[in-house]
Amino acid sequence: MFETIGNILAPLTAILIHAAIPLTIILVYALVAIWGERKIAGFIQDRLGPMRVGGFHGWAQSIADLLKLIQKEDIVPTDASRFLFKFAPFMMFAASYAAFAVIPFSPEYIGSNINVGVFYLLAITSILTLSVIMAGWASNNKWSLLGGMRSAAQMVSYEVPTIATVLTVIVVAGSLNLMTVTEMQNGNDILGFLPNWFIFQNPFLIVAFIIFFISILAESHRVPFDLPESESELVGGYQTEYSGIRWAMFMLAEYADMLLLSLLGATLFFGGWNSPFGEFMAGPFWGFFWFMLKGLLLVFVMMWIRWTLPRYRVDQLMHICWSILIPLSFVNLILVALWEMIF
Amino acid sequence: MIEEQILETGKDTREMVINMGPQHPSTHGVLRLELTLDGEMVKQCRPNIGYLHRCFEKYAESVEDYAKVIPYTDRMDYVSAMNQEHGYVIALEKLLEVEVPERVEYMRVIVAELQRIASHLLGIGTFGLDLGAFTPFLYCFTEREKILSIFEKATGARLLYNYMAVGGLMREIPEDFKSDTADFVKTFRPKIKELNDLLSYNKIFIDRTAHIGVLPKDVALNYAASGPVLRGSGVEWDLRKDDPYSIYNRFDFEIPVGKGEVGTLGDCWDRYIVRVREMEQSLRIIEQALDGMPDEGDVKEGIPKRIRPKEGEIYMRTETPRGELGYYIISDKGASPYRVKARAPSFVHLSMLPAISKGALIADMVAIVGSIDIVLGEVDR
Repeated sequence: MFETIGNILAPLTAILIHAAIPLTIILVYALVAIWGERKIAGFIQDRLGPMRVGGFHGWAQSIADLLKLIQKEDIVPTDASRFLFKFAPFMMFAASYAAFAVIPFSPEYIGSNINVGVFYLLAITSILTLSVIMAGWASNNKWSLLGGMRSAAQMVSYEVPTIATVLTVIVVAGSLNLMTVTEMQNGNDILGFLPNWFIFQNPFLIVAFIIFFISILAESHRVPFDLPESESELVGGYQTEYSGIRWAMFMLAEYADMLLLSLLGATLFFGGWNSPFGEFMAGPFWGFFWFMLKGLLLVFVMMWIRWTLPRYRVDQLMHICWSILIPLSFVNLILVALWEMIF
Repeated sequence: MIEEQILETGKDTREMVINMGPQHPSTHGVLRLELTLDGEMVKQCRPNIGYLHRCFEKYAESVEDYAKVIPYTDRMDYVSAMNQEHGYVIALEKLLEVEVPERVEYMRVIVAELQRIASHLLGIGTFGLDLGAFTPFLYCFTEREKILSIFEKATGARLLYNYMAVGGLMREIPEDFKSDTADFVKTFRPKIKELNDLLSYNKIFIDRTAHIGVLPKDVALNYAASGPVLRGSGVEWDLRKDDPYSIYNRFDFEIPVGKGEVGTLGDCWDRYIVRVREMEQSLRIIEQALDGMPDEGDVKEGIPKRIRPKEGEIYMRTETPRGELGYYIISDKGASPYRVKARAPSFVHLSMLPAISKGALIADMVAIVGSIDIVLGEVDR
């Protein structure tokens, strides 16, 4: 009898642990990243940023913010579609959270080692678009609706160059499993000292990375492509009517999405958990350290861009995507394939 | 199909009427724009004003003293209060035929030009903010803060000063005013270049503002536009040069005009860059005025005990950061003015909005409103 319970409980516990690890990482990261973003903004803008809560440089600011948001009144607009309105923020977070399952955090840890990892990730993040439209439509607010429509157009369009550049790496790697892709980038052989990361392997992959980075800026609604929530035009875009914990879920999802796409970039182009110094500082723990460092560096660049550039307009955004990034990424894909054939 | 639906329901679902404001982050105060949209394209724009109406003109008739109107002029265009006061006091001085001491004239010009820089900094900063650039906004505010500190030392207030009086100034000029201002002028010049690098010549910024909200020369003249909006359309018209008041004829400065450098003549970028270049010219005026300002002299001695102009009327116009501000004052020999009418540039510029915003996107709408740089306090009065 105990054996039966054990047989059921053991895999269940394993699943729960596997599910809890990425969640912990996201939550801790979100608290640090929101505080970090405000500090970075402060640094760029010649001011201090949060300084009071918690003592050292206001480190507890995002915790205080979170507590405040939880206490807030839960407001649902009178004519809103109640179920969809309440459901949208959680679905958005669920979509980006679920995608973490196939991210190889360290040589020893990956949520689910499935062999169509990249495909799964791209598919599940498409739900993000759906939840944004859901939020925009269900709010029954014209500004929200405009924001929702903008984001639908934007995310669907920018998925094309993202996928095309991811495909470029897949052509080189020959595997959809992110763990295998990472393992292939092990070692320091290029020019005798550079790590075997894909970005150094051939010049067209550098182009691919630039396109990929621009596309993920648009995918995760960051400046200069933050049109769905552009606060100075659409008030708050699809988030206009949200407040309290639901709004916090949107923020969490946005930051989780940033991390997810940055980690994907780190895996595909910068060798995932591989140490830049070959065998030095390698291993499960150091792997996790390097992986997060690479991901957070990309997140930092995103923040840096956010506090420097103005925002594009809708038609210009579409123009960049359809007449520059998409043709470029497809040509690049062919060139990478030819390079692989020749060398 | 759609036509049938419209006939059946009486509603045209292809169009959407949306209220931009009165609580919207980019309408620069409480302005409501009724936009008729097709998708995101603006088919019609109707500005609705009056949310900040405070009966300035009626109040001026009932204050029992001409000098008591001055604090109310501050509150019209609250981001360039000095310029508002300046116009009113020189109008009254002309009506009363009062001589103003040299030192006072120079001081007034210096504070008016400092205020012009402060106002343009706010206009430029918020314009960038409307387009999603947050950082230039704070850079501008840091500089504006320095001007406000100078003002605080001189007048005791940071925003609404009540500093200028008929025939003089309300307070003595602080001893270190000259050195403070000279320091500011020196440190501010490089900051304009920094602003140009960060915002003015940014590719995305130019993409967003070039060819947008084009105001042709003849339309601008027909609507009686003035100030940077008119100059952005390429008309060289500045009251400081073309109808000099105070002592502006003593200074050497240029009038920057839009040239359509990155887009069409009279687009948002032209109006924006005129403001940036005007700040440089204001610095030139300040430097010359600091050199010419006498160090000795009582600023209060010329203030008349009671202001009772003889029967008559006067129209006096001055160049504020936003354009031509005119005061029309009628006196019936009484203690309070019979009538004070202010011709506010923001009001005139807002009236052109429907003409220049047709066919724009919502995002352009924000850029256009930002580029004409209105202050709703002045529109509604």
